Amino acid sequence: MSSQITPRGSDPQVFGREEGPLRAFCEVLGAKRVGSYWSLTFVAPAIAERARPGQFVTLAVDVGGATLRRPFSIASVSQQGPWAGTIEIVFSGVGQGTHWLAQRGKHDVLDLVGPLGRGFPLPNRQVPALLVGGGYGAAPMLYLARTLGARGHRVDVVLGARTAEQIYNTIEAKRAAASATFTTDDGSLGTQGIVTDVLDGVAEHGRSEVVYGCGPMPMLAGVARWAADRGLPSQVAVEEAMACGTGVCMTCVVPVRRKGQRRNVRACVEGPVLNGARVDWDAVRSPAMAQHELDEETG
Amino acid sequence: MAISRPSPPPARTAAAPSGAATTPAEPAADLRVDLGGVTLANPIVTASGTFGSGREINQFFDVNRLGAVVVKSITRHPRPGLPTPRMVETSGGMLNAIGLQNGGIDAWLAEDLPWLRQHGVPAIVSIAGNTVEDYQVLAQRLRGVEGILAVEANISCPNVEDRGTVFACRTEATREAIRVVTANLSVPVFAKLTPDVTDIAAIAASAREAGATGVSLINTLLGMAIDAETGRPRLGGVTGGLSGPAIKPVAVRAIHQVHQALPDIPIIGMGGVSTVTDVVELIRAGATAVAVGTATFGNPMASLEVLEALPDWLAARGIDRVADLRGTVQLPG
Repeated sequence: MSSQITPRGSDPQVFGREEGPLRAFCEVLGAKRVGSYWSLTFVAPAIAERARPGQFVTLAVDVGGATLRRPFSIASVSQQGPWAGTIEIVFSGVGQGTHWLAQRGKHDVLDLVGPLGRGFPLPNRQVPALLVGGGYGAAPMLYLARTLGARGHRVDVVLGARTAEQIYNTIEAKRAAASATFTTDDGSLGTQGIVTDVLDGVAEHGRSEVVYGCGPMPMLAGVARWAADRGLPSQVAVEEAMACGTGVCMTCVVPVRRKGQRRNVRACVEGPVLNGARVDWDAVRSPAMAQHELDEETG
Repeated sequence: MAISRPSPPPARTAAAPSGAATTPAEPAADLRVDLGGVTLANPIVTASGTFGSGREINQFFDVNRLGAVVVKSITRHPRPGLPTPRMVETSGGMLNAIGLQNGGIDAWLAEDLPWLRQHGVPAIVSIAGNTVEDYQVLAQRLRGVEGILAVEANISCPNVEDRGTVFACRTEATREAIRVVTANLSVPVFAKLTPDVTDIAAIAASAREAGATGVSLINTLLGMAIDAETGRPRLGGVTGGLSGPAIKPVAVRAIHQVHQALPDIPIIGMGGVSTVTDVVELIRAGATAVAVGTATFGNPMASLEVLEALPDWLAARGIDRVADLRGTVQLPG
């Protein structure tokens, strides 16, 4: 069997099978700044067709000596329009690889693999959902908000960040949800504090029955514990340093408890979306988590 | 491999030399290689620990097209592995400290081997241990099991009975670990060696004396990275294995040294291979087969792409058999 397929007959540079992830060379359709973040939209009909909220793509970057791809949550998908299908990613532009990506523009062609990983499971019943996003983790939350909204769910969104300009796209948040609440560390937008400070009020008002999260690991730990304390199911998209994104390298593992035993599961295939109640947050050792603990110790 | 623009798509079939439409059809180059008594359809294999169980990359292409799949190292008991972070990207490569996370031999025999057999994937089984008895038990469990082409004994592991000294750093420990493997198996056994030694040819010779069919060269180099700001090691396991293009010259050197010393033993070469010329370089140094490793992390199609590029490379130079390239390094007079 040939490894090359042409799902739409339009893009010859797509490799993979009739289902599952693809490798595709995709043209940049649009590049823009959103607050302090960057957004890139790609013409990627085959990937767009298969993508679900919570899944991710990996991109090859051309920075000195880098051989590994960079993973990005899918921030939005369009399956219509003259471009047949697009996907968007949102990122900070702070690291070497994302700095290079921030300099890409229209018509540049990049090497993508995706969609990868397990996305957010959608509820069987039409229950109200509470979506919590931290930093640019808000972008995939809004993708999920639109998906749930289209299925008739009530959606309440809480977005948190350090400062106002690190709150991703407040306008889109208000548009996609019944309510949008913002928290910032410095109080420059919404409530001063962190997302878990406002969850009780939002959940009560929205009568939330299920909780979704995407953002830094310390925030996810807080959201998952908050949900567990109130008997609410939570599904969170975790982040870990990742080399392959396809399940072969075993670097991006997250400790979860299952049947009383702790196991390291791969964030890229068993996740990135995991049941928040199963993650053993005390055993998570990502750099963000370590920094968070250091901050706590030093006040 | 990081690329900013499309690379040429891989050829649709492995056996279509360029210009075939205008020149008389030439027979495709013979890609078969003899790996210590077993014939591989082609010399491209995967490096242990970079290809999962085989299933993961089979999402992208039929992995049974490869000469063989070398599976992730299997241990006697399940291992949870090391805490994260397990990976640090470095210039031209990466460091990893996974700690041999795997479900153990029983789970592999029950879950992964049947899949490989069902899909007709030639499987080379990598085994790892911390005691001589571990290797013995693993070899005994694999004895007579259908669907195993060869066994790769990963002896680049700390020996807990010798204060954690890596087996493959000592000739005697190498002999002891390999002897119990070869004594229990009828399939070819390859000893996977670390390049972190003074005389790798001496270690290879001791593996050979203990009955190894050949050697796999090279495992990762031990490395370390420290966060400049916090002063903390950047890997949960503190030190880790360096892989990727940065280590290819070390692989070429190690393969060359072993092949010069022991020209008759087959070598599975690996270390930073990501292009067809990398494959040729390792074969010229003395590799019989060549494994693609870390390149698969950056490009899940990497092993297939080098396989598809190999016939054209050979045809363009009038080489009929890839096996004829082996050891053809042209040393100065």
